[in-house]
Amino acid sequence: MKTLIRVTINGIDREEAVAGHELLIDFLRDHLGLTGTKMGCDGGDCGACTVLVDGLPTLSCLTPAAAVHGQTVTTIEGLSQDGPDPLQEGFHLKLGSQCGFCTPGMIMAAKALLNEHPDPTPEQIRAGLANNLCRCTGYNSIIESVQYAAAKLKGRGAAGRKRADAAD
Amino acid sequence: MTQAKDMKGRPRVAPEALHQALGQGGHRFIGKPQPLIDGMDKATGQGRYSADFHFPDALVGRILRSPHSHARIKSIDVSGALAMPGVRAVVTGDDSDVTFGVLPVAKDEYPMARGKVRYKGEEVAAVAAVDAWTAEQALDAIRVEYESLPAYTDPFAAMVEGAEQIHEHRPGNIEREVDTEFGDVEAGFAASDVIVEESFQAPEVNHAHMELSAAVARWDESAQRLDIWCSTQVPYYVHKELAATMKVDMSQIRVIKPLVGGGFGAKTETQSYELICGLLARKAKGTVKVVLTREEVFLAHRGRPATWTKLKLGASKDGRLQACAAEVVQQGGAYGGYGVVTILYAGALLNAIYDIANVRYHGYRVLTNTPANGAMRGHGTVDVRFAFESALDMVAKKLGMDGVELRKRNLLHTPAMTINDLMVNSYGYPECIDKVLEVSRFKEKVGRLPYGKGIGFAGSHYCSGAAKPVNRSNMPHATVTMKLDTDSAITIFTGAADIGQGSSTMVMQVAAEVIGLPPSRFRVIASDSAVTPKDNGSYSSRVTLYVGNAAIGAAEHMRDVLYQAAARGLHVFPNDLELVGEEFRVMAEPHKTIAFNDVVELALEYEGTIVTKGTYATPKISQGGSNYRGAGVGASPAFSYSAQAVEVEVDPLTGKVTVERVTVAHDCGFALNPLSVRGQVEGSVWMGMAQGRQEETNYENGLPLAPNLLDYRFPTIMESPQMETIIVESNEAGGPFGAKEAGEGSLAAFLPALANAIEDAVGVRIKELPLSPERVYAAIQAARKGQAKPVAPIPMQEAAR
Repeated sequence: MKTLIRVTINGIDREEAVAGHELLIDFLRDHLGLTGTKMGCDGGDCGACTVLVDGLPTLSCLTPAAAVHGQTVTTIEGLSQDGPDPLQEGFHLKLGSQCGFCTPGMIMAAKALLNEHPDPTPEQIRAGLANNLCRCTGYNSIIESVQYAAAKLKGRGAAGRKRADAAD
Repeated sequence: MTQAKDMKGRPRVAPEALHQALGQGGHRFIGKPQPLIDGMDKATGQGRYSADFHFPDALVGRILRSPHSHARIKSIDVSGALAMPGVRAVVTGDDSDVTFGVLPVAKDEYPMARGKVRYKGEEVAAVAAVDAWTAEQALDAIRVEYESLPAYTDPFAAMVEGAEQIHEHRPGNIEREVDTEFGDVEAGFAASDVIVEESFQAPEVNHAHMELSAAVARWDESAQRLDIWCSTQVPYYVHKELAATMKVDMSQIRVIKPLVGGGFGAKTETQSYELICGLLARKAKGTVKVVLTREEVFLAHRGRPATWTKLKLGASKDGRLQACAAEVVQQGGAYGGYGVVTILYAGALLNAIYDIANVRYHGYRVLTNTPANGAMRGHGTVDVRFAFESALDMVAKKLGMDGVELRKRNLLHTPAMTINDLMVNSYGYPECIDKVLEVSRFKEKVGRLPYGKGIGFAGSHYCSGAAKPVNRSNMPHATVTMKLDTDSAITIFTGAADIGQGSSTMVMQVAAEVIGLPPSRFRVIASDSAVTPKDNGSYSSRVTLYVGNAAIGAAEHMRDVLYQAAARGLHVFPNDLELVGEEFRVMAEPHKTIAFNDVVELALEYEGTIVTKGTYATPKISQGGSNYRGAGVGASPAFSYSAQAVEVEVDPLTGKVTVERVTVAHDCGFALNPLSVRGQVEGSVWMGMAQGRQEETNYENGLPLAPNLLDYRFPTIMESPQMETIIVESNEAGGPFGAKEAGEGSLAAFLPALANAIEDAVGVRIKELPLSPERVYAAIQAARKGQAKPVAPIPMQEAAR
């Protein structure tokens, strides 16, 4: 038996029928075609499937789709709706992404990290990404990618404040 | 002073083309950091990997695997599965009786077992069903009757006389024995003042690429054709093996390699699941998707073999190495795979980094009832390099000499042909050593850090492609084509498999540099057998040198086409022109210009679409000697070099080793893209750390104990050290713009540098990997009890705990 859920995914309100055993990752990938979210293990080991549920990093491979009823889900595709997110730019420009398979999960975890710590120390970045495995980079370029994004967001914030000041 | 202006008021610049011809101009599109051309696709989640190809009609393929390490298959009954609603096809060993295997000398596998299974996890049957649940149920309904046979998970047991033969054609379960001697090793040892003879061990390790191996195959029944998307480093080999095992013509198959989520060697052979996917699709007359679970990736992996190395090094008082004798046993697993090459690499690359006149190598590749081992980053060389560079420090200690000094006294004199016929031209190893010493301040630290802290040094090297491909032919090693058409884009076609290392970006950069047009004018189409030229694939670090050179060839032809068309348009000779931005201009009369778009139109007039081609073949002289068996392995047009200093903190109470800092210098000839060179080098060093500190695959009753990423435990971001990465450019004459290997050579040096650092920190020499807390703790305890080595007293606060 399927149940109806109401969920906001990447800003779109949806009403969808999901089976009780259906995992969020399968719902996103197979049902909605949002294949940016990746499956890299048999459940809960690698972090590649990380999405944001009500802003919190969540493993979509361990979350039943029915459990996100009434919540807001953001996937990697949802970050670039107004052009690429600074994190996406950072991973591109600083080569935080080589094969790229861990990248969507890594970026979603980093997004939650930056929401909490807009100007993170390297230690905070390490702690924030400790659940996400990468086999290519050795992680240093990932730290730099996140730092790039933090700096860019800070600049934006400063510019925003300046504009606001000028408007006053 | 005002700058000269041209007719249109633009600043007059010195002719760039002339500058380049004179060697004064800098490079425009190479030699500086270039983000990957598919980087944004990956960061936005738009890029597609094999499992991301979604077809509404796709069936789910699942594989039944052997629960036995070694058994005869008495019968397989699939009737129960076939009778289930929703099951569209079932295949077994009966569906393909053609053997495959990456080496022509070792085609010993069937897509699914026939007659016998040889390891737990071997493919026995497979089903395609409407959904995963039905497919799983169908697997449960397949009845297989086995008759158990003696099994060996240990190569030494498999080699015992009278052991059950795993393959009929391999008596004694020896896949290959190699015995070579160059020079006179006994005389070398006789001339030595110091001899070190030690045994080293390294366990099997897994590539653990992040993407779950996946394939999607579409069989078109009316056309009798197969399209397959799969996660491979070698689309061409997959193409060949699919055709062979499905008994169809290669023209009936199209192999497409989309984005690949890491390879590290795991995908340098055709894998059974790819063939099974094709067989299922044909039998189901439709589309089948096979995505392995992580457990299956571990069960059927082709990792780095467990390796036992007995190494004897002799040196004279002056610090010259006089002789080397190595005996190596590799646990090959149940099938040949790359094994013959792996065991040959282990011996061949004892050479080509230091100058040793006398080298003997005795290698055994042994078949066992465990997953077949294969190629993994630093193929065959890593575990032996661990032994060698560890032993070098032991020799140095006996000589009362600094280990780095010992290495410096045994450098090659290049250009050189080694005693085993390897050609070494560019040799940046001395510079790597010096840079690492300088940046790490090694000499100030070694032997002088407080107890528990240490620094270690080691070097390594690797080939830039196998000069003789495993499938011998007279075709060029690499071909690249380029198309100029009315879209005013230059489309580059390459079969090179980009697996995240950035090969497509490299090809674009090389083309942009040769032609002089910006990256935005280029589009790279890669790895689609219906469209792109054949390429052997991404292994042995061949792509930059081979495909880069082929790209230069195609780009030079394209550049000539464009310059000739522009020259016609401007009524001058081609060599009067330069390309500035997207405009051709006459150097002597810079107001005479023609835009690129107009040049394209001129070029296509009376001609139509223009296609150019470039090829690369390795020079004969680089292909190794012909006077001994196995001479083709190890031979390469160029070798990369790496030096590393690793700084550690060892907690003597727990044995835990923290890697605090790594300084690495890698000689890549010329960094076409310093961004990706750094990425490759750091990734290699890190993977060396992962193997050195913590990774191992142990078997219990033939099953791996850690068949998931949680238990296998490769390092997270929390335990990954800072790195100082130095790029050394020795300018390889045979490489594209001087470039050579960057993606593997730095892995091996980390392991011995770590062991050497631990010795510096706590005075114990550990010869078994990984250097895990248990092992380090035990070694410290043994040393304290045996008083074998001077060990610092336990600090008071430790004793108090």
